[in-house]
Amino acid sequence: MTIRTMLAAAVLLAGVTAVAAQDPIAQRKALMKANGDQARTGALMARGEMPFDLAKAQAIFQTYADSAAKSKALYPETAKTGGDTAADPRIWQNMSDFQAKLAKFGEDATAAKGKVKDEASFKATFSEVQKNCGGCHESYRVKKS
Amino acid sequence: MRLLRILVIAAALVLGTGVAVFFVLTEPARVAAASLGPHTPNLDNGRTMFFAGGCASCHASSKEDRTRLGGGAPLHSPFGTFYAPNISPDPADGIGRWSEAGFVSAMQDGTSPDGRHYYPAFPYTSYQRMETADLRDLFAFLKTLPAVQGRAPEHELPFPFSVRRGIGLWKLLYLDGRQFQADPTKSASWNRGAYLVDGPGHCAECHSPRTALGGIVESQRFAGGPNPEGQGWVPNITGKGLASWSAKDVEYMLETGDLPDGDSVGGTMAAVVRNTRELPAADRAAMAEYLKSLPPVDGPPRPERR
Repeated sequence: MTIRTMLAAAVLLAGVTAVAAQDPIAQRKALMKANGDQARTGALMARGEMPFDLAKAQAIFQTYADSAAKSKALYPETAKTGGDTAADPRIWQNMSDFQAKLAKFGEDATAAKGKVKDEASFKATFSEVQKNCGGCHESYRVKKS
Repeated sequence: MRLLRILVIAAALVLGTGVAVFFVLTEPARVAAASLGPHTPNLDNGRTMFFAGGCASCHASSKEDRTRLGGGAPLHSPFGTFYAPNISPDPADGIGRWSEAGFVSAMQDGTSPDGRHYYPAFPYTSYQRMETADLRDLFAFLKTLPAVQGRAPEHELPFPFSVRRGIGLWKLLYLDGRQFQADPTKSASWNRGAYLVDGPGHCAECHSPRTALGGIVESQRFAGGPNPEGQGWVPNITGKGLASWSAKDVEYMLETGDLPDGDSVGGTMAAVVRNTRELPAADRAAMAEYLKSLPPVDGPPRPERR
């Protein structure tokens, strides 16, 4: 029984992973979620409501940089709609601008990771990097909730 | 024959009276220049009013340079598309030749210097709450900005919305002509916040559901609703929608655009934050204090989020 169950579970899990890997919308949402979780930590530290932690600060910017890099390939023509996406169709009408904004987000995050040393430098770099979020959410995201 | 003649005369009388009543009811109100006393403009305060009022969001020619107010930005609505006019100090295309009373009248009565009604896409239903002194400071500040040539396209409105005079009837329903009244039982900062939110900030104009006639549903003021400009949903900012927010969260959002859950504001709110981040920190705190004090109100039911 155990072997069969484990096999079945493994097959199921592989299937789910494969679907997620093939589904750019699900991947986009997972990356945005990860960004959001990091942004929340960052905001608490920037506001002095959580003690500053250099490792956490660097992890925030690293997550952003990874997310920006991975996102480049996640907006193919085939993933405009479906899966409850909040992506605005304007992304595909302005793809070069959208990709430029993604690239800038990645560069800013990488630069910030190099610059952050203490609480003061974090506050300054974090607020600059955060401006990238609104840069895309203003034009390229349909707010649904 | 005689009966017919009487009927025709009666019909003409009724129609004539109707037209006369329409014109009396829809006469655009204006501020008399003589009613404005002496005033020394405070440009710093004018700048604060400019950013609290979010003028640039609609009237700036570009997102990058928010002081060039050449207009032209489209505002889509269920009634048609409005184009924000040029309010730069250009004498031909902007407000360069306007009198101070003309400007105050535009903001408080929604009446243009040439005596026509403005459409309420220009949120004078909120701006009417502003102190006349603040409006005069704002006018003085606008005059310091660069003159920009060019006019916005004409509004694209189907009949009957294309009849400007009809706005006079709408104003009878939705423009009460009252300025902001401070609540003496509340703190000075709460009152400052209420003034900024309800007056220049005109937050309720987007954050409230509207009637079929395009007026705010008073019982659901600030309770959010479908985005009047198209896709998406405008959030509830009463105690219902902001229940999990602290006043600090609201203040921080107005400064950075970051939401407490790690998301960031999007759509037209991003433009709002480009204004509110320019305000003195105390003003953002005051707005947060007032917004957090709004009692919880249920808005229209939101579509299911899968």
